[in-house]
Amino acid sequence: MIAILDVCSGNLRSVERALAHVGADVVVTHDPEVVARADKLVVPGQGAFGPFMRGITERRLEAPLRAAIAKGTPYLGICLGLQVLFEHSEEGDVAGLGVLRGRVTKLAPTDKTLKIPHMGWNQVAQKLPVPGLATDAYVYFVHSYRVEPADPSVVALEATHGVTFCAGVRRDNVLAVQFHPEKSQGVGLALLRAFVEAA
Amino acid sequence: MLARRLIPCLDVKDGRVVKGINFLQLRDAGDPVEQAAAYDAQGADEVCFLDISAAPEGRSTLVDVVRRTADQVFAPLTVGGGVRSVADAEKLLLAGADKIAVNTAAIRTPQLVADIAARFGNQAIVVAVDAKRRGESWEVFSRGGRTPENIDALDWARRCADLGAGELLVTSMDRDGTGLGYDLELIRAIATSVTVPVIASGGVGKLADLADGLVAGADAVLAASIFHFGQHTIDEAKAYLAGRGLAVRS
Repeated sequence: MIAILDVCSGNLRSVERALAHVGADVVVTHDPEVVARADKLVVPGQGAFGPFMRGITERRLEAPLRAAIAKGTPYLGICLGLQVLFEHSEEGDVAGLGVLRGRVTKLAPTDKTLKIPHMGWNQVAQKLPVPGLATDAYVYFVHSYRVEPADPSVVALEATHGVTFCAGVRRDNVLAVQFHPEKSQGVGLALLRAFVEAA
Repeated sequence: MLARRLIPCLDVKDGRVVKGINFLQLRDAGDPVEQAAAYDAQGADEVCFLDISAAPEGRSTLVDVVRRTADQVFAPLTVGGGVRSVADAEKLLLAGADKIAVNTAAIRTPQLVADIAARFGNQAIVVAVDAKRRGESWEVFSRGGRTPENIDALDWARRCADLGAGELLVTSMDRDGTGLGYDLELIRAIATSVTVPVIASGGVGKLADLADGLVAGADAVLAASIFHFGQHTIDEAKAYLAGRGLAVRS
């Protein structure tokens, strides 16, 4: 059973539908016990970092999330589900889970003609293999902040919007992406299917 | 590099598509869900529903249309028409829309733009600006182009961006339905006035018009008729734009 973390995220239903579409047995939950015994975890996130992290804390999900990741439960983070893994976000000056070292900073292209939020389809280059994701695939992004991992070896994907930034990380059982696979048509569904079907 | 977006638009009235994709062998040419799925399969970068129902009862079917679309279309979905409140927006977002377009309600109550942005994020709120040329400037119209508002389109565009609109859907009323191409001066003027993405709309009659809109500064181009009536597929339009040296998603 795959637990989708319910922290009032804007893309919660879209993620649920996309996972159901690729055949996943999912439960949408904010019950710490369900999170603790889930076979796999999906953490969607759309909105602002502060309220999202507060939602995790208020629902007492911080400890079960850390514990699940530590014991090897496959984790898929989407957008804020990526950012929240890091130690700190500039958005609202808030601490994250700190599962990965590094911080979340405002995406600030030097070319002022480039628009923020970075919204639309952009290509991702693979630094580490991401199951189900085609090389240089176009995926759908909506964000104004990006992660800066302290450890470059976790960077799995990179994209460029004025600056080249980390668009996905991979470490052991953790895979997390800045883009929205649930809105990336077949390319995104293939990534979700690979996560669902992985042993 | 961020690709420029190509957005087919479906006009929906009382839960049915008014201008359909006639060329496709659809079971039901008036079903918006089936048509959105067809555009999705062709590789549309987003799909847009604009509800033009006259009565609220007609619009209430929109939520169901959006829900059924979101069950099978895994691409961004923009929905507009008749949204008057944060609650209206929330219903559509919960049903599966990604972005809500507002026009008349934003003019009547500009705070609505800020309220939707604060609640759901800037990316969720699109302001549709319907503009008509008045000499050297453009006037904003509401109520589907029926009511002149005596507001300058550039001033309004800047105000909407300041209020928190994530993007602007700019339609030239002079060009809409003519097939003469976008009002490029309007697109250029607005795109250089705001820092949020601009979607060009109104007037596409041939593929070159799409390219011209992007060259004029639009981040995305919206069209209805050239896709509806089978003149071109999304693939053909993308291939043409790529051939013109514009970054599009292949």
